[in-house]
Amino acid sequence: MAATMRGTTAIVGLAETTYYRRGGAEDAEFKLGLMAVRAAAEDAGIDVRDIDGFCSYSNDRNDPTRFHTALGLHDLKWSSMVWGGGGGGCAGAVAMAAAAVHAGIATNVVVFRALAQGQFGRFGAASQTGALQGAAAYTQPYGQMSPAQSYAMKVTRFMHDHGVEQSALRAVSLASYYHAQRNPRAVMYGRPLDEEKYDNSRWIVEPFHLYDCCQENDGAAAVIVTTAERARDMKNKPVYILAGGQGSQYRQSAWAHNAPDYGTSNFKNNAKSMFDMAQVKPEEVDVAQVYENFTGGVVMSIIEHGLIPVEQANEEFTLDNFRFDGGKLPLNTSGGNLAECYMHGFELVTEAARQIRGESTAQVDDPEISLVAGGPMVEPTSNLLLGAQV
Amino acid sequence: MANATKAEIEAGGSYLPTPVATPMAMVDGLDTPYYEGKERDELWVQYCAECSEHQWGPEWICHGCHSYDVEWRQVAPEGRIFSWERIWHPVHPDLAEAVPYVVVLIELPHADDIRMVGNLLGDPEEEIMIGTEVEAVFEHHPDHDPPYTLVQWSRK
Repeated sequence: MAATMRGTTAIVGLAETTYYRRGGAEDAEFKLGLMAVRAAAEDAGIDVRDIDGFCSYSNDRNDPTRFHTALGLHDLKWSSMVWGGGGGGCAGAVAMAAAAVHAGIATNVVVFRALAQGQFGRFGAASQTGALQGAAAYTQPYGQMSPAQSYAMKVTRFMHDHGVEQSALRAVSLASYYHAQRNPRAVMYGRPLDEEKYDNSRWIVEPFHLYDCCQENDGAAAVIVTTAERARDMKNKPVYILAGGQGSQYRQSAWAHNAPDYGTSNFKNNAKSMFDMAQVKPEEVDVAQVYENFTGGVVMSIIEHGLIPVEQANEEFTLDNFRFDGGKLPLNTSGGNLAECYMHGFELVTEAARQIRGESTAQVDDPEISLVAGGPMVEPTSNLLLGAQV
Repeated sequence: MANATKAEIEAGGSYLPTPVATPMAMVDGLDTPYYEGKERDELWVQYCAECSEHQWGPEWICHGCHSYDVEWRQVAPEGRIFSWERIWHPVHPDLAEAVPYVVVLIELPHADDIRMVGNLLGDPEEEIMIGTEVEAVFEHHPDHDPPYTLVQWSRK
């Protein structure tokens, strides 16, 4: 096999601000970003001025050159963004940082997301109104105007094709809320969810109940990526980056829902490339953080990563299987987008790293392999495999 | 609740109460034949003669053979339900009285199963079955500035 970046880089620092409900942050979005970046550097035990690269995704408003100038950094050797909306780039941004470090272009790359929906508008409200051209003109005039509405039809078709039941979606939601009850950072800490509360919750758009949909929040989170060699001499246990990347299946962005393979999370390409790069099999994954924009996307993502066969979805998508304490596939162990914070999936990256470091509030016993899957049903999606050892 | 029927749309009604968002042909001309066709109650989509295949959404190139000479052809305004959603939570204040309403994804078997998004006319709480045969109903808004037409769908 050709040389890859497998195990040549590591996450050495991680941090987040307080997570707030949408509109709850008193600090400006950029200040939240500054706080997360500085805290991640402190966690790594490096001088923040030694950061020399920035990666983010989803058109983050907070420009690397502004950070560079505001913090008085010595140099800026790398800045890059995963294109595409949603949280599809949350794992890919880390992979991009790893690639930059692996290539020797930069040494300490910070990957971050700062998002104050209270200050800059909600994702869940109709954002495009008036006279529209292009792709939006083929959907929004019919009242399909929000992310939940854009993806519900994909999930319905997937459920129809494979006989997947609503209980599979419910299990994903229950797992996030279960784990959030152990996590004081979680916005939904102290707000448990059970089957009855889920079943009785209002429809947002069928097949999504209220609890199938992510929150909208304010906050920021960041991690620091450097070489594996440097990581071994630093203060935290290294979280090795075994593989990561982006992907999108054939014609997934065709307008008006014309992707030939429709009922898909869009992980069929990059699930394989990630496991190949890591030289890991799906059954070796010890803990998984799988992006919940909407629970149906998590069901498809888990299946398309080979973690649960589609034929067994109705039997195996249960809270018992997803619990950190004894579940076969501990899932979204911080509470994720549904119940910790919708930090656009970056809270999944920090949690996946915490699991390897042994610092989760819902800690799995000595995990070796920790998965992040970012942004189902968007284009591109991205994923990441973290390891306790190379 | 949005529940306009085919007859009500053909008499000048609309499915959603007010035009929160309205469609407009692209200024670069990419999808003009589609927009002009809708005004005449016709469905026009792209077709590559080299590949003998319809292409949708429109693009300046055929994704199969990379020819720039992509034609436009009229297709039968009928299809079947490929997927659907019933929307209960309004994401814009002007839609607060319109919920629930139904958005459907229709595949066109006479055009290589390309798909179109529209509303399913009639009672939004009626059971919806994937595979149900539907026909297009053209919802015209001639008095709007600029004028526009939506392609809606009605059970056959």
